[in-house]
Amino acid sequence: MSYKVLYYVNQFFGQVGGEDKAGMAPVMKDEKVGPALGFDQLMGEEAEVVGTIICGDNYFNENNEEAVKFIIDAVSEKNPDLVVAGPAFNAGRYGMACAGVAKVVADELNIPVITGMYGENPGLEIARTKSLVVETNDSAAGMKDALAKMADLAKKMLKGEKLGYPEDEGYFAQGKRLTVFSDKRGSERAVEMLLARFKGEEFKSELPMPVFDRVAPAAAIKDLSKAKIALVTTGGIVPNGNPDRIQSASAQKWGKYNIAGKDSLEGEFYTIHGGYDPVYANELPDRVAPLDMLRKFQKEGLIGEVYEYFYTTTGTGTSVGNAITFGKEIGKELKEAGVDAAILTST
Amino acid sequence: MNLELRKIEIKDVVFGEETGLKEGVLTVCKQDIIDELMEDVNVKSIKVDIAKPGEKTRIIPVKDVIQPRIKVEGKGNGFPGVTSEMVQLGSGKVNVLDGVAVVTIGDIVGFQEGVIDMWGEGAKWTPFSKTLNIVVDIEPVDGLDPHTHEATVRVAGLKAAELIGKAGKEAEASIVDKYEMDDIFTETGKYPDLPKVAYVEMLISQGLLHDGYIYGVNSQKILPTLIHPNEELDGAVISGNCVAACDKITTYQHQNNSAILDLYKRHGKDINFVGVILTPELTTLEGKFRTCDYTAKLCRTLGVDGVVVSEEGYGNPDSDLLMICKRLEDSGIKTVLITDECSGWDGMSQPLADTTPEAVAVVSTGNVSHVVELEPADKVIGSAEAIATLAGGWEGCLQEDGSMVCELNAVIGATSEIGYHNLTVELY
Repeated sequence: MSYKVLYYVNQFFGQVGGEDKAGMAPVMKDEKVGPALGFDQLMGEEAEVVGTIICGDNYFNENNEEAVKFIIDAVSEKNPDLVVAGPAFNAGRYGMACAGVAKVVADELNIPVITGMYGENPGLEIARTKSLVVETNDSAAGMKDALAKMADLAKKMLKGEKLGYPEDEGYFAQGKRLTVFSDKRGSERAVEMLLARFKGEEFKSELPMPVFDRVAPAAAIKDLSKAKIALVTTGGIVPNGNPDRIQSASAQKWGKYNIAGKDSLEGEFYTIHGGYDPVYANELPDRVAPLDMLRKFQKEGLIGEVYEYFYTTTGTGTSVGNAITFGKEIGKELKEAGVDAAILTST
Repeated sequence: MNLELRKIEIKDVVFGEETGLKEGVLTVCKQDIIDELMEDVNVKSIKVDIAKPGEKTRIIPVKDVIQPRIKVEGKGNGFPGVTSEMVQLGSGKVNVLDGVAVVTIGDIVGFQEGVIDMWGEGAKWTPFSKTLNIVVDIEPVDGLDPHTHEATVRVAGLKAAELIGKAGKEAEASIVDKYEMDDIFTETGKYPDLPKVAYVEMLISQGLLHDGYIYGVNSQKILPTLIHPNEELDGAVISGNCVAACDKITTYQHQNNSAILDLYKRHGKDINFVGVILTPELTTLEGKFRTCDYTAKLCRTLGVDGVVVSEEGYGNPDSDLLMICKRLEDSGIKTVLITDECSGWDGMSQPLADTTPEAVAVVSTGNVSHVVELEPADKVIGSAEAIATLAGGWEGCLQEDGSMVCELNAVIGATSEIGYHNLTVELY
């Protein structure tokens, strides 16, 4: 069986023109244009390029919404097994366009994407998480080599074969941390790593240190006595019975519960958090999510009001990816509700 | 100190009228165990079952795993400071029922207990699918407060292991492992040119179901402390916790601490292994500063050249792990860390809750959120439904046909951070 491949190139590699044509709207050609031709030959009997999308780099980046819609429609119509974009080498706008194609095709259509870029291409950051990005030269002089590597990996991907390590296969790591079996237990690997360090031999850390993003704090509230304050916790405080079935570790969701008219969470709430001693939180859930104190401050006039919903999830073992999603969703709701500040408690 | 662990190979476990050992077959009298454990007024009922490697059996929710042993020469049977009178451990001869484990289950106290599958896909993920498991199901009396409930099941498991261990008293060992190590000055005199290495074993110390015990002392109450490796191998450290099942250090894993054993193997050859430092993982910032400073100070006092540090649990203890690492590396001590990671279902999230550039040598023992599919079991010992409330499970993860989908979080010992199991993580 021969697989179907759809190709994406810019105006230059699509042989329409140079910078003067960078504003061209996308078109769909049923033939193989530019690198699509070379790629098709390299795939031999195993796959066929069934069409080439050509789009101006400026158009893609400046009319992103229209470009994305065109891509979705065109890819849906051709229904390929794989989408190939570029290679973009070190061309920034082309790289961003290839990354944009990778993002929409992977996220919306769930079809695999291969592209190629130079290590400094600004499109790499997004593209590597959405597609397989082959490491290329910084200019089109590296076309032959890039296409050969892309075709090799495309064959493996289409056949569902396991890919080798990024450094061996010549693609950029996608950032996916995959749990696998080792031929040695962890403690033995640790001792060997220490001995290598003593001897000054090369060793490879199995966990390169993560890089954290920083969130700039919001501006201070000028008049707390008029502020609407929301209560948010990662301490797993939920209504008795855990109606929304929030997980006790590695949360996949968050909940919000009405606390209007309540002076405390006592008696009606408890914790489902699997990472700390629940006894004291269950006695008085306000120890984790301090509604009682907020009410006291409200009565004293220190704060204006307490937002009528409180938001909750479990922090323990919850991936940063999920936490970012929860934070954005909860933040959006709070913003829309006119909340001025949130008390966010952990455990 | 001079300790002999004499391994008696156990080929099979069966129930019988009298507990005993003959030609490698361990016979267990259920009633003996029930009678012994029912002496505790907090125990309402006890059930005993057996699960063997290869059987389509699932054990859930598992609290602790303990290796049955008996000391045949020297003092210190049972678990001194917990189930027996206080004595100095680390010397003598111990008969070990090799290949057998006591596994405790029962009502859930917290959310952190786990699953052991004895066959198929699930068996690959836990080291305790390879042991002949004597499963003790402990039901406490009604109305017991959670702290007492936890202490009751903890002690019951230790007592059961002690009782079963007695069967090995007269048996001949097939392998005798000798662990001999003198004081630091003598050892350094013997191996003046070998790099001195300490092992820092971090212990979760955060309250109910989150404490380790050293000679019965809750690790929450201690400053980091130096212990001879033989003491831990001889039963001085026990688990009182059910941190996420995947990386809690069970009592069995303390008795057979893989980091200690692998360092011991190199002692006198490549390194001079000077000792184990047990470090509590505390929840307060002040506590973290105190214990991390103190741990690094102990390492400097010992004059070590290198350290292996193992974590227990994840999340806030990641900070302790990296704080210790930074302090050691800043002192010129080469440090290797063992930890697991929380990279999410898709493996795309950052693996640790903290970071430091000094951590250049790290062993990863797996992603706790790695999702596995476990086939339906022919027999479930305990309660299959428990998975819905355990860390690593969720409502609906148990399918109607008895199969289940869960994170490694719920699998006992899967991502053991003392490096007891053989998982790792590769970046793609």
